[in-house]
Amino acid sequence: MRIEVSIRKTLRSKAREFHLDVTFTCQDDVSVVFGASGSGKSATLRAIAGLDRPDSGRIVVDGRVLFDSACGIDVPARMRSVGYVFQDYALFPHLTVEENVALPVNPWWRRRPARDAANRVRDLLDIFEIGSLAQSYPWQISGGQRQRVGLARTLIRKPAILLLDEPFAALDPLLRIRMRQELLSTQWLFKVPMLVITHDPQDVAGLAENLVVLHKGRVERTVDLKGAPYRDEKGIPVRGVIRRMLMDTSVDSNGAAASIPLRAAR
Amino acid sequence: MTSAEVMVPLLLTLRVACWATLFATAFGVLVAHTIARSRFPGRDLLDAAMTLPMVMPPTVLGYYILVLVGRRGPIGSWLDSTFGVTLIFTWQGAVIASTLVAFPLVYKAAATAFEGVDAQYEQAARVLGKSEWAVFLRVTLPLAWRGILAGSMLGFARALGEFGATLMVAGNIPGRTQTLSIAIYDAVEAGRDEVANFLVIVTSVVCITILVASGKLLKPRYAG
Repeated sequence: MRIEVSIRKTLRSKAREFHLDVTFTCQDDVSVVFGASGSGKSATLRAIAGLDRPDSGRIVVDGRVLFDSACGIDVPARMRSVGYVFQDYALFPHLTVEENVALPVNPWWRRRPARDAANRVRDLLDIFEIGSLAQSYPWQISGGQRQRVGLARTLIRKPAILLLDEPFAALDPLLRIRMRQELLSTQWLFKVPMLVITHDPQDVAGLAENLVVLHKGRVERTVDLKGAPYRDEKGIPVRGVIRRMLMDTSVDSNGAAASIPLRAAR
Repeated sequence: MTSAEVMVPLLLTLRVACWATLFATAFGVLVAHTIARSRFPGRDLLDAAMTLPMVMPPTVLGYYILVLVGRRGPIGSWLDSTFGVTLIFTWQGAVIASTLVAFPLVYKAAATAFEGVDAQYEQAARVLGKSEWAVFLRVTLPLAWRGILAGSMLGFARALGEFGATLMVAGNIPGRTQTLSIAIYDAVEAGRDEVANFLVIVTSVVCITILVASGKLLKPRYAG
């Protein structure tokens, strides 16, 4: 699985202009785009999902061209086969957990899942240990449970890639650690590559195999974190905060992540 | 006071108001959704134009309808020559008048309701593979329906009480186009106070009930 992103976009508001000019390639199970707020990481993720249209550039996921301004290709969001987990999960408030997860596979006239879909929904709810919440509404469940519903809803269509927008920002710090492990188990279980954007160095330490650092709308550096010593693309060793955290974390590969079972975080 | 004096205009009015509410809701939702989800020059102007029937005198509205749908009007003459249908001085004509005055109420409520739907839910549905039609039916409409229903109820109340435009378009034919408010006017003019009193009370009760119910619907949901 290989993701190629090369996009340019100028965002204008009354007060200022923001130039996004981002180019990176990644082919790892978990890639993290790291940057402060306003660095352009959300805009990048939205462009990959097809929610915003770049001014120019090219986006290729797993050999499939999703956007290419030169060829006039702009695949609509619904046909990109890209999973997107919103920062606050964007669970539909008028639907139960079960109906939320079933929505992607239901025809438009159905609210509750049809028989064949119902089994898939049930399996997914069980994998994420939210089967008992099937009839609950999003406002009745906890933050961690909401994230699981968001993941289940996205994974039911077997997306080619999973995009996660600040997946742990809406959770309290203790829960974050557990949900990070859970996310890695999910990655291992569903074999779906993930692209996570975050401004939390802990997410980099806990998740990243490949790191893209954004700063003011540009890629500052890309770092391969699969083996020590960690070096950036110019071969310069990475020091400082990120490296120290990398030494502290126990999760460094698929194998380690696989040994961590999915647990209810109630 | 005979029961026909009350029941005939009451049933006619309900029929007219129901049809008018149906049309006003269908068009109001359609137009509101189109305008709420797009940005184009002249959007504010169009929005104002859609609200115009709310502030325009009903007699002016009625005059416009007469000019358009009257036998010599562009729509009226076409209907007459193609289908042999005349809308002036019929209860269907009253439906057109009532639809027009009810429309802005539904439109405004629907526009507010659609703007209140977080665009993120629609985006989420799109990324989940839903077509625009499915996004509208499964996500946008269910999240906005309370506001739309409240607007429809206000529109219904407004259609129920329609007087000016209806009188100009449909006239005052007892049993055929004489709606509640016109019957009340007629009864007062003729000194039949008993009938007038009864009709006034019926109308008031219906309107108050609708206002209370629509007020309840407009209270926010999904909070917390």
